[in-house]
Amino acid sequence: MRYLPLTEADRRVMLAKIGVPSIDSLYADVPSKALLKAPIADLPDHQGEIEVERQMQAFANQNLGTASCPSFLGAGAYRHHVPATVDYLIQRGEFLTSYTPYQPEVTQGTLQYLFEFQTQVALLTGMDVANASMYDGATSTCEAVQMANRITRRKKAVVSGGLHPHYHEVIATLAKFTGFEIVSPQPAPQGGEDLMAMVDKDTSCIVVQYPDVFGQVRDYTKLAEAAHAAGALLIVAVTEIVSLGLLTPPGDMGADIVTAEGQSLGNPLGFGGPYVGLFATRDKYLRQMPGRLAGQTVDAEGRRGWVLTLSTREQHIRREKATSNICTNSGLCALAFTIHLSLLGEAGLRQLAELNHAAASRLADRLSAIDGVDLQTPQFFNEFTLKLSKPAAKVVEELAQRRILGGVPVSRLWPGRPELENLLLVAATETVTDDDMAALETALKEVLR
Amino acid sequence: MTTPSMPQAGATLSGNKALQIEEPLIFEQDAAGRTAVDLPAVPQHQERLGGLKRKQAVGLPGLSEPQVVRHYTKLSQKNFAIDMNVYPLGSCTMKHNPRLNEKVARLPGIADLHPLQPVSTVQGALALIDRLAHWLKTLTNMPAVAMSPAAGAHGELCGIMTIRAALLAKGDARKRILVPESAHGTNPATAAACGYEVDPVPADDRGRVDLAAFKAKLGPDVAGTMITNPNTCGLFENDIIDIADAIHGVGGYFYCDGANFNAIVGRVRPGDLGVDAMHINLHKTFSTPHGGGGPGAGPVVLSAALAPYAPLPYVTHGPNGFDLKEQDDGGTAFGRLKGFHGQMGMFTRALSYILSHGSDGLRQASGDAVLNANYILAGLKETLTPAFSGTCMHEALFNDDFLQGTDVTTLDFAKAMIDEGYHPMTMYFPLVVHGALLMEPTETESKDGLDRYVEVVKGLAERAKAGDTAYFEGAPYHTPRRRLDETLAARQPILKWKPPVEKQAAE
Repeated sequence: MRYLPLTEADRRVMLAKIGVPSIDSLYADVPSKALLKAPIADLPDHQGEIEVERQMQAFANQNLGTASCPSFLGAGAYRHHVPATVDYLIQRGEFLTSYTPYQPEVTQGTLQYLFEFQTQVALLTGMDVANASMYDGATSTCEAVQMANRITRRKKAVVSGGLHPHYHEVIATLAKFTGFEIVSPQPAPQGGEDLMAMVDKDTSCIVVQYPDVFGQVRDYTKLAEAAHAAGALLIVAVTEIVSLGLLTPPGDMGADIVTAEGQSLGNPLGFGGPYVGLFATRDKYLRQMPGRLAGQTVDAEGRRGWVLTLSTREQHIRREKATSNICTNSGLCALAFTIHLSLLGEAGLRQLAELNHAAASRLADRLSAIDGVDLQTPQFFNEFTLKLSKPAAKVVEELAQRRILGGVPVSRLWPGRPELENLLLVAATETVTDDDMAALETALKEVLR
Repeated sequence: MTTPSMPQAGATLSGNKALQIEEPLIFEQDAAGRTAVDLPAVPQHQERLGGLKRKQAVGLPGLSEPQVVRHYTKLSQKNFAIDMNVYPLGSCTMKHNPRLNEKVARLPGIADLHPLQPVSTVQGALALIDRLAHWLKTLTNMPAVAMSPAAGAHGELCGIMTIRAALLAKGDARKRILVPESAHGTNPATAAACGYEVDPVPADDRGRVDLAAFKAKLGPDVAGTMITNPNTCGLFENDIIDIADAIHGVGGYFYCDGANFNAIVGRVRPGDLGVDAMHINLHKTFSTPHGGGGPGAGPVVLSAALAPYAPLPYVTHGPNGFDLKEQDDGGTAFGRLKGFHGQMGMFTRALSYILSHGSDGLRQASGDAVLNANYILAGLKETLTPAFSGTCMHEALFNDDFLQGTDVTTLDFAKAMIDEGYHPMTMYFPLVVHGALLMEPTETESKDGLDRYVEVVKGLAERAKAGDTAYFEGAPYHTPRRRLDETLAARQPILKWKPPVEKQAAE
């Protein structure tokens, strides 16, 4: 077995040194009726790289990858071009095979990139301070609601109908178990929800998405002011982080906590994970933040260096009084994010964001000109909602038969709601070509005919 | 005119030390307009941003590609890694990360799948998840598994929520969860996050759960217990079946923290011990890379009693192949834990690792991990002070009695390990052992490598006993940075880079 260095001769010498006759005898504490005497029989034995790779390739061959066909899928996960440099650098063994930087003298590399990552996230969101990552955008948003509950000592969250339903469900699941309340209007792509009407003296926070799940871009400045007047916090969730290269950041609108899905930078779609949750807030709430924080300090010789800090908030110190139970987060995905953003820089991010918006805007023009297609979201970044003359799920299925991944039917997110059945979410990033757009346009005309 | 002074012996003009090269922050290497990507020109289009176009620059630095490559290469060289040498960080399971797993995770048709593609276009992905689930269920002898939790602590959350949902279905969520004092901090944090009161259970003098104390705490308000097995002292809980029977006897459930499943995989199946729920850290037992602190994956195997309450989504076998159940339709699923379906990239790596080892190889790997830990224990037991007598499982635990009278602390000792080219062992954990030093070599280490490691640890212990306290207090000496001031970092937190305030030009 190629991963195991011990030889049978080594094992004999080692057992003799320990003073036991066999490896099995080291399991003497296991109740004998539960101790297996041989390998589990109904599972295959070890295999070489050739065989394993062949089997894994066989799984891959049964799928239609987004890179192999025109693809317009979004709804919280976006296909972007990731520069080759990113994947080479994150696979350096010193990054890939290192643990959480609890011993700072031998993890200055990890700690410095986390400090840089935190700075980038704070700048993008327009906030004071960001942590070293959460699992994903949904769990990050859920942590934000819990943080707002702690800060305000209130137990009711007002959640926009424009929040991604997976995010909503994650919050609702925790609410059910910990006894806080969620109120929410119905999802409505054309907006018009009055969230402040749902706010009362028990409301800890209002949660909105920017751009919202239907793609619509909304100004939350007045909502922030109203929330603050009612003693509640405004949480803004961003599922497409590239949008903040072109849009006014939530921090400028008065958000108290900004959470985001960071997958779009550096990370592949990967069928939904692992992704990287971003979490940023105001300095005044720093000590209520969940998750790890890298901070600047000096070493014994007075040189600048980095450590994990303020860990008295965390579970390994505070145990049941911790701000969160999170331990392992998304370190390597955060590294991919920060490398991609370092490559882009100010100018590159701006251009990338403009390319996304241009692609989506041009695609919206083409598709909304088709008979039986109406654009529902007049203001958007790289994703918009169309109302079709037929149920969107069926249309998407027919497009897939033509090897076009034409978007996400809203009914996939909210099944069983007739008013949403004909809605289709369509995203266009810098990876979409004119030929891709033409292919979708032609196919959609055929399918809707 | 002044003469440049010669550097002191050992010091350099640049501050660099040969292969250790100082590296500023990316923000300190900025040139306006510079970028490391060449993107196409933006085509004509109607702007539809609703007046919300960003008015101010983000403030990101501009670097070229070679600068970025050097930046991260130099940073990487300031890290210790399992690719370099023994990384005996107890309870964290730093084992070899095969690169085959990285390769297959990046295959087109896996890495480029969108989570919301039509199910008809991702049959291979669902089959892959189902195959991994089959292995996890068979290796644990458990009938169900929830695949979506993102890491160990997230798996704990999943397990305790499942238990709470099952109890609620019977009409009473109950109040307390019994958690041993030796538990990982995530256990009490998780129980508290699910609305439970944490009731600590003491360890006995053999490092196991005190069975009598455990039984004395049982009552109708106990929802369950969270027990790590093998436990955080590196010992198998030999009363585990009695513990399971006792908790079931009061109508509670047994959550097993599977962080140390790597010690027993292929040899003991938790389903045979009475476990109701257990998370499996794929980044420990099945070697998905730790990546400097994640991502992980924490699937939770479930007993028949808990299986109906497993969270969404999950893979099912339908008439047209695999299906993905994303909505509850009035069922008993307790809810949703994260966006989309789980850590697919980690599933792919873990399955590749599992298929490589096979049933026989996984059993050999756990056996070698336990053998290696006992070999360290045997090699060090005369020089250091084992916390408990007898053999151990996959990690060897020592207390700091051997340092008594030396003024050298466990922390100092760990820092001296760094200069010798080793990552320190886990320090001061578990909390039930004074000045704990927890060493987990894993199956990755060769006998020769362990012999050298043992010699170094013994040598350091002898140096400490000989009274060379100052040496330990100053360690490490050869790292890119010496000991860092953690108190300063916490008192005056600097958590992001800020542009330097321009100094006024001198008159």
